[in-house]
Amino acid sequence: MSNYREENKLLEALALNDSEVIESVYRDNYPMIQAFILNNNGDIDEARDIFQEAMIVLFEKAKSENFELHCQLKTYIYSICRRLWLKRLQQLQRYGKPTEFFEDTVPVEEDFEMHEKNNADFALMENALSKVGEPCKSLLEAYYIQNKNMQEISTDFGYTNADNAKTQKYKCLVRLKKLFFAQYKNGL
Amino acid sequence: MDELLLIETVERYLKGEMPQKEKAFFEEIRKNNPSIDQMVVEHTFLFNELNKHADKKTFRHSLLEIESKLTEEGFISKPQLKGKAKVVYLWKKYKRNIAVAASIAGIVSLVTTGLIEVYNKKIDKTNITRLIGQINKTERKVDQLNKTIKASNNTSEIKIDPNPNFRATGFLIDGKGFIVTNAHVVDNMKTIYVENNNGAYFSAKAIYTDPITDLAILKITDKDFKPLSNLPYSIKKTNSDLGEQIFTMGFPRNEIVYGEGYVSAKSGNDGDSTAYQVSVSVNPGNSGGPVLNKNGEIIGVITSKNSTADGVVFAAKSKNIYKLLEELKKQDDNIKIKLPTNNGLRKLDRVQQIKKMEDFVFMVVGN
Repeated sequence: MSNYREENKLLEALALNDSEVIESVYRDNYPMIQAFILNNNGDIDEARDIFQEAMIVLFEKAKSENFELHCQLKTYIYSICRRLWLKRLQQLQRYGKPTEFFEDTVPVEEDFEMHEKNNADFALMENALSKVGEPCKSLLEAYYIQNKNMQEISTDFGYTNADNAKTQKYKCLVRLKKLFFAQYKNGL
Repeated sequence: MDELLLIETVERYLKGEMPQKEKAFFEEIRKNNPSIDQMVVEHTFLFNELNKHADKKTFRHSLLEIESKLTEEGFISKPQLKGKAKVVYLWKKYKRNIAVAASIAGIVSLVTTGLIEVYNKKIDKTNITRLIGQINKTERKVDQLNKTIKASNNTSEIKIDPNPNFRATGFLIDGKGFIVTNAHVVDNMKTIYVENNNGAYFSAKAIYTDPITDLAILKITDKDFKPLSNLPYSIKKTNSDLGEQIFTMGFPRNEIVYGEGYVSAKSGNDGDSTAYQVSVSVNPGNSGGPVLNKNGEIIGVITSKNSTADGVVFAAKSKNIYKLLEELKKQDDNIKIKLPTNNGLRKLDRVQQIKKMEDFVFMVVGN
């Protein structure tokens, strides 16, 4: 039913972290966003930040189930960036609303809220990981984020064998779990 | 159950690495043991979060890589901040702030100007009559005749005939010949003479005038003037109270006239805080006359009256005299005026007070 088959395909690839696709999205959309930010009290670094953040929103969206784009990708990215920039302006307390650049925007409030929540979750995990301490942090990151196998890890970290590394990893995981859920309890 | 073992089992279970048989067994345990079930749920949550975290980090990493690649290529470029372009760029970036700052500055200046305007508003002088008296010709002639008679009686010689047009009042503040009167009196006279109670004229000149409080200081320049000592009154530095009994002396006619009344308001015309409103009967010629309280302290100097209302008379506050002297000192160091401090009028009855005063209140005339 979607008229945007091409673009939805693009997003599927984006969800798989395809760097060629990311680059093409960059090339197609970044100049528009840069112009928008520069025209509305921003500088080039802010434009880069905003665009990156929008890409992450897009990525989260692409990852979530049953996602389908119902408008042009350009419009979607512009709407997200516009919303993100509005929030940034409010935080910076600069004056005025962004002047309309593209009249054409789509409602992104829901996605924006989801993104905010994801950001909070990300911060929670980041915080828990930083509290778990070394070598636990590196160990967990190597296994869960960099997807190394236990054999590699044991040589990298200098464990005598993979089983010891594994036991250590589980101990670390227990600590991480405690820290992570403790934050939830503290309402952090 | 050992927690580490349990975690391992859960992880294997979630990753789908369990053989079919073990999985069935594990699910059976989950069903029957709520605490293990809870643990599996918690773990699932944690794994999901960890996975999301990992995904996001990897994605961010690739984003950064692509961004730096594009920056190197020049696709994302830093704007050139050179010469005119820089000004344009800064202007674009800050035009909104500049606009806001400029409008705030504009508003502030308008408001301050407005406030200054309100507080400095010109005192409306349209319905004020200056109490300087004009002397008509007949009066002048009678006057001259009197003088001649006096002169022949007194043998003291009148060497000048000032032939004055205007008449007002003044009083000594220093026996050496310094007299306080009104600024508008001085403004109306090209040549100034003062006449004492005995009818003797002395030439004088204005050494300081202050149009705001309408006060002026005269110096008797005549060599025939003999310094007087023991000024009987003092000059009050503080404000007087409402309702305080006052009296004044002045020259609305060719003869000294006494009048009494009270302080009726602490400010003068249109809220002028340098003056009092007093209730006393005065007429043209009373300008510059001293206003004294019952202790014989000078509390003010008659300046004007309201021409449309009855009994509304204004008197400059006496503390302005002190200010005047300070200003004068700044202007000219050589002039040393010592204001009278001892009060010889206290506890005397009014008739005695007036008698003692008479020698120190002067008629100021000129043309």
